[in-house]
Amino acid sequence: MATTKKASASTADRNGSNGAGAGHGKAGPGVSKLAASVGLTDADLLGMYRTILLARQVDERMWVLNRAGRIPFVISGQGHEGAQVAIAWALQKGKDWIAPFYRSVGTLLTFGMGARDLMTAQFAKSVDISSGGRQMPGHYGSQPMHLVSLSSPVATQMLHAVGIALAAKIRKTGEVAMSSMGEGSANQGDVHEGLNFAGIHKLPFILVVENNGYAISVPVSKQLPIENVADRAAGYGMPGFVVDGADVLECYRVAKEAVDRARRGDGSTFIEAKVIRLTAHSSDDQQTKYRTAEELADIANKDPLPRFRKELQDAGVLTAELEARIAAEVKADVEDATTYAEEAPEPDPATAMRWVFAEEWPGETPPPWGFTLRGTGGH
Amino acid sequence: MAIKTYIEAIRETLAEEMRRDGSVIVLGEDVGKKGGVFLATDGLWAEFGDDRVIDTPLTESMIVGASIGAAINGLRPVAEIQFADFIAPAFNQLVNEAARMRYRSNNGFGVPMTVRAPYGGGVHGALYHSQSVEAFFAHVPGLKVVIPSTPHDAKGLLRTAIRDDDPVLFFEHKKMYRSVRGEVPDTDYTIPLGSAAITRPGSQITVIGYGLMAHYALEAAELVADEGIDVEVVDVRSLRPLDKATILTSVQKTGKAMVVYARRRSTTSTVRSPGSPARTSPGCPTTTSSRTGSWSTPRRSRTASASSRHTDRRGPRLTGGRAAEPS
Ligand SMILES: Cc1ncc(C[n+]2csc(CCOP(=O)(O)OP(=O)(O)O)c2C)c(N)n1
Ligand SMILES: [Mg+2]
Repeated sequence: MATTKKASASTADRNGSNGAGAGHGKAGPGVSKLAASVGLTDADLLGMYRTILLARQVDERMWVLNRAGRIPFVISGQGHEGAQVAIAWALQKGKDWIAPFYRSVGTLLTFGMGARDLMTAQFAKSVDISSGGRQMPGHYGSQPMHLVSLSSPVATQMLHAVGIALAAKIRKTGEVAMSSMGEGSANQGDVHEGLNFAGIHKLPFILVVENNGYAISVPVSKQLPIENVADRAAGYGMPGFVVDGADVLECYRVAKEAVDRARRGDGSTFIEAKVIRLTAHSSDDQQTKYRTAEELADIANKDPLPRFRKELQDAGVLTAELEARIAAEVKADVEDATTYAEEAPEPDPATAMRWVFAEEWPGETPPPWGFTLRGTGGH
Repeated sequence: MAIKTYIEAIRETLAEEMRRDGSVIVLGEDVGKKGGVFLATDGLWAEFGDDRVIDTPLTESMIVGASIGAAINGLRPVAEIQFADFIAPAFNQLVNEAARMRYRSNNGFGVPMTVRAPYGGGVHGALYHSQSVEAFFAHVPGLKVVIPSTPHDAKGLLRTAIRDDDPVLFFEHKKMYRSVRGEVPDTDYTIPLGSAAITRPGSQITVIGYGLMAHYALEAAELVADEGIDVEVVDVRSLRPLDKATILTSVQKTGKAMVVYARRRSTTSTVRSPGSPARTSPGCPTTTSSRTGSWSTPRRSRTASASSRHTDRRGPRLTGGRAAEPS
């Protein structure tokens, strides 16, 4: 995985202590009152800020590339990043598991992906760690990072996270599995089936619904008869929390509680973060057809990024000097990822038939004519 | 070598694989204390306990979806769908998730999962306890589809399926569970997926079938032997991967092919493929092929298909060109 070298290095230093915070700490050197209030350090807070900023700016770059005709499709995390980064921060990178969805840019960056990993997926290049350029943009995944490869049918991934949590419980690994999705997707039958099972077995599982008020064009009033999706948690015998997705540290606090509960063996949690969708559904959507200008102006006030920046400035954690340095680093990261992805080689068409199946069959005697190694063995 | 029923072979294999490999778990509806509605998992719960033999709620999509997740995180789940007729709610998880996981992640993730399901008619099951659903899945790159017809093959193929690193659908004809017996060696033998068996050598026509139809094909071959027709029978055993070599070699020899399945003739395009390549296969320009299946109605004939006792002229018959639709 030489592809992520630079990006991964910067990921490591910005959230090395990710997942380490435990309960409320004491303020002191490197631990402001604000950080202590959620059991983190100032380095954590700055790491979160940097990751949110990177998520935003990589995403913005994707739109520029799309409009310039360089990449075919964008589906955006803009407006969701505060909740995404804060919640993933509560999980232990490299140990716990996440089955994310197409908007999870902030989640992925927190859990080990770098800007290069996101960008090479946009360009479908051979070095794309998610799929080697096989999938549409936005379909991420990485086995070593415990980020489950995602498909297009919504909500299916949550059952994979439930199964991962089941295996964690049976194997006694202490791992926690989280899955995220939109509120529209939360109406899928898989969500009901999965939460029911997670509730019965008290699995170390967390469902995060990022409620941005729309499923493409359909407003929440036509998706849900109730105000909060998380109110359904009671029906699955687990606690449900509704949290303001623009309040980064509150998202972290709630997620940390959920992770601790799962780790203790006390079962699953349903978290609903009320977020905003700052962009159209995707680069192929024209949202002014169904959202008014007033609404679009209003949601800009609920953007998690400026709010978190101000919170850190007010707490004295984000000095002008640090802010400038982080901004420069993030800008460089985005430039690097764009150039790297644009220059990376295309996938070799000769590999297109590989990995329909595993290409070795340990313990099996091959039939006289051998196994069909390429393709589907008969098509 | 002991004589065992088909279901005994399945049950023993599950227990042996669970003993051999601690990562093998069984999950499904009623698979625990009750041992499954057909008793295929009888005794497993008593031996392996709650953690490894899991009675699930009635949620087929979850059974398969969570098995995918468990497979990703180090287990080898063997999921039971109580009747193949009820696999539809899990179609999305099988076709869009399990089948594509390895390909879409460029070999990052694999799904070593087996999904067992009793299928087939002839047991008074009418519309919803009789279906043969294998063709839906045999179309899907990334899925393996296995249908053994004997206790010996059931054991060897189930072992291979469980040890396989990719998702395998394992269909068991429920009429065979207790009616089919056979010798089962005590050894830890396996049968590779994608190897058909010639179960009766013959020279004039190749009859190709699997599952219960592999037995009917043998019975029919005996019946027409008196009329001087020398039938070779191929038991396909695994639809994906498909052992084209054995099938084509046989058809090249006999020059005629007939495919017999319990599915409907009108909806069996995948399963047609065993016969159809023969028509274009070099070296057998005179080959003719036909297919015999059941009627194109939601309710299959009580005797499934290929019953030589069936007298309705529109109905499926193994012999006689009338119902056997030329393809
Ligand atoms: C099963 C399925 N149906 C429809 C779609 C098409 N689709 C993709 S995203 C989407 C809306 C999802 O809305 P929501 O879950 O609220 O997530 P958001 O995009 O708002 O974050 C739809 C209808 C799909 N991908 N999968
Ligand atoms: Mg939404």
